[in-house]
Amino acid sequence: MASITLKDLAHSYRGESENPDDFALKKLNLTWRDGGAYALLGPSGCGKTTLLNIISGLLIPTRGQVLFNEQDVTRLPTEQRNIAQIFQFPVIYDTMTVFENLAFPLKNRGRTKQEIEPRVIELAGMLGLEKDLYSKAQHLTADAKQKISLGRGLIRKSVNAILFDEPLTVIDPQLKWQLRSQLKSLHKKFKFTMIYVTHDQTEALTFADEVIVMYGGAIVQIGTPEALFERPEHTFVGYFIGSPGMNILPCALKGNRATIDGIEIVLNQSYKAQPTGKIELGVRPEHLKLEAPGRDGLPVKILKIDDIGRHKIAKVALNNCQLSVIMPEMTALTGDMGTLVIDTRHANIYLDEHLVTGETL
Amino acid sequence: MIAKQVNQKAWFMVLPVFLIVAFSAVIPLMTVVNYSVQDTFGNNVFFWVGFDWFRDLVHSPRFHQAFLRQLLFSGIILAIEIPLGIAIALTMPKKGWGVPLCLVNMALPLLIPWNVVGTIWQIFGRVDIGLLGHTLAAFGIDYNYTQDPIAAWITVVIMDIWHWTSLVVLLCYAGLCSIPDAYYQAARIDGASRWAIFRYIQLPKMHRVLLIAILLRFMDSFMIYTEPFVVTGGGPGNSTTFLSIDLVKLAIGQFDLGNAAAMSLVYFLIILLSSWIFYTVMSNVGEESSPTKEGGGA
Repeated sequence: MASITLKDLAHSYRGESENPDDFALKKLNLTWRDGGAYALLGPSGCGKTTLLNIISGLLIPTRGQVLFNEQDVTRLPTEQRNIAQIFQFPVIYDTMTVFENLAFPLKNRGRTKQEIEPRVIELAGMLGLEKDLYSKAQHLTADAKQKISLGRGLIRKSVNAILFDEPLTVIDPQLKWQLRSQLKSLHKKFKFTMIYVTHDQTEALTFADEVIVMYGGAIVQIGTPEALFERPEHTFVGYFIGSPGMNILPCALKGNRATIDGIEIVLNQSYKAQPTGKIELGVRPEHLKLEAPGRDGLPVKILKIDDIGRHKIAKVALNNCQLSVIMPEMTALTGDMGTLVIDTRHANIYLDEHLVTGETL
Repeated sequence: MIAKQVNQKAWFMVLPVFLIVAFSAVIPLMTVVNYSVQDTFGNNVFFWVGFDWFRDLVHSPRFHQAFLRQLLFSGIILAIEIPLGIAIALTMPKKGWGVPLCLVNMALPLLIPWNVVGTIWQIFGRVDIGLLGHTLAAFGIDYNYTQDPIAAWITVVIMDIWHWTSLVVLLCYAGLCSIPDAYYQAARIDGASRWAIFRYIQLPKMHRVLLIAILLRFMDSFMIYTEPFVVTGGGPGNSTTFLSIDLVKLAIGQFDLGNAAAMSLVYFLIILLSSWIFYTVMSNVGEESSPTKEGGGA
């Protein structure tokens, strides 16, 4: 068990470079405490896997240090770091039985048979693999195989951290949920530091105490799931988290008044005279309401309404801007016009894509 | 009734296939079968002799010797080419400029016509003008493949290794390239040794292509004709007279058509049988796990 500290870390696949564009991972500082559950969330190609491989030692970073409990492990080879990694596709040794698969990491480290056997049987019981223990791993289902991969990580008692690289990608949806809750209970039991890479926000938000959102090789926000939802610090976070994502509208700002396409909105925060830059207003579809035309609010044109079961999603146009609105299932609307009501308590202002905070009125 | 008549017409559609198969396989094979049970003294007059030719063949020391020579040759080249091919494939780069370089180099011997390969080695090994033969002679090593059976065998074996190891390499390399990086990364995390990686990841993943490589190399080497014919012509003496060379000597050199036809059929059956045994055994090696699964699930 260990805390993990990343110090001035940066990585370029082309080696040391002056050009910041070469860096797949831009300079970052981060500390993960011992026993925490963290999720790295971001779109494909944002540097999540690079970061994970640096922690596991499969990659040596171009710059900076990786510390496990204050000990510098930047150049320590993978096998000496005592970490485990679960990959997107289950990695199992085809010719071995489940038992041999689980025993493999211990066998490689020269443990005796007397030590290995009870440990493997105990772990297989916890993972629910005991009935397949002596059959070939090759013939099992994808979720059982993924459990074996996980088991090969957990078999070593003092593992520093377990890294998950989108481990549920190939698992059937209903088993996904099962495996996820099993993983959560194992985490509670073993208290390993868990770093979970995913591009699935539901997975990240249900798993982690803290979510790290990455975009373009940099960390854009670190926070609890609630913070990411309520106050995204970057327009990307707003857009990426939530379904549908946050509505981002270009606007002009003066004090507590935002003007979108010639329509003025009164905010509940006042902003000082802003320096020039791109100003946008972000508001989640959950914080918008659509009412009958003629009410107090912004006149919008309704383009489309999708019924997705729990609620309806309306696409509306406010002059030239399009917005998504989440409506309760029973809402009935007639005609193609409506009135949009913005809950201004939940409206955020972004300057050049970064959140700015004003004074509450 | 009408529908039935229409159905009969469909036979005409498959007729071309029947014709092609007949001319390419059935008729030639039946001709050989025909020769193998008859004798002729020319003028296209044939006598029925039953299985006499087969009886002769089975008791013929000449055939036994050629057959043993052939087995020894195939055994030696398989024992060398398969491990060597795996070893070379393992050392080949997986990315970068080295990949096309290695692949082209490996493919080169495969692109050379077989009798050219024979000619190259025939000249290469000559004591008077060949680079290899002359150099060895200069070092005082007694090497002369036209007189010494051991030297002749070494030359033919090395020639086959030079010519065909590439095939094993390319097949194994394709097998190795299909292993995702995650396997190697997981192995490093599990602390696996280099040998364990080979034994538990690379070899199982190469299993299928190795099966094909062994089958191809066995069949090809068992039928080898052109290269040793060009280099040694089956000599010195009969020391490199493999089955196909012997067959040609019998059929064209001595014009013993009955003998040769019987030998062709036996030869064909031997290859068919050994390939089938190889395939069955090697396929079962990979599938042996199915019964254990039932046992484990019970």
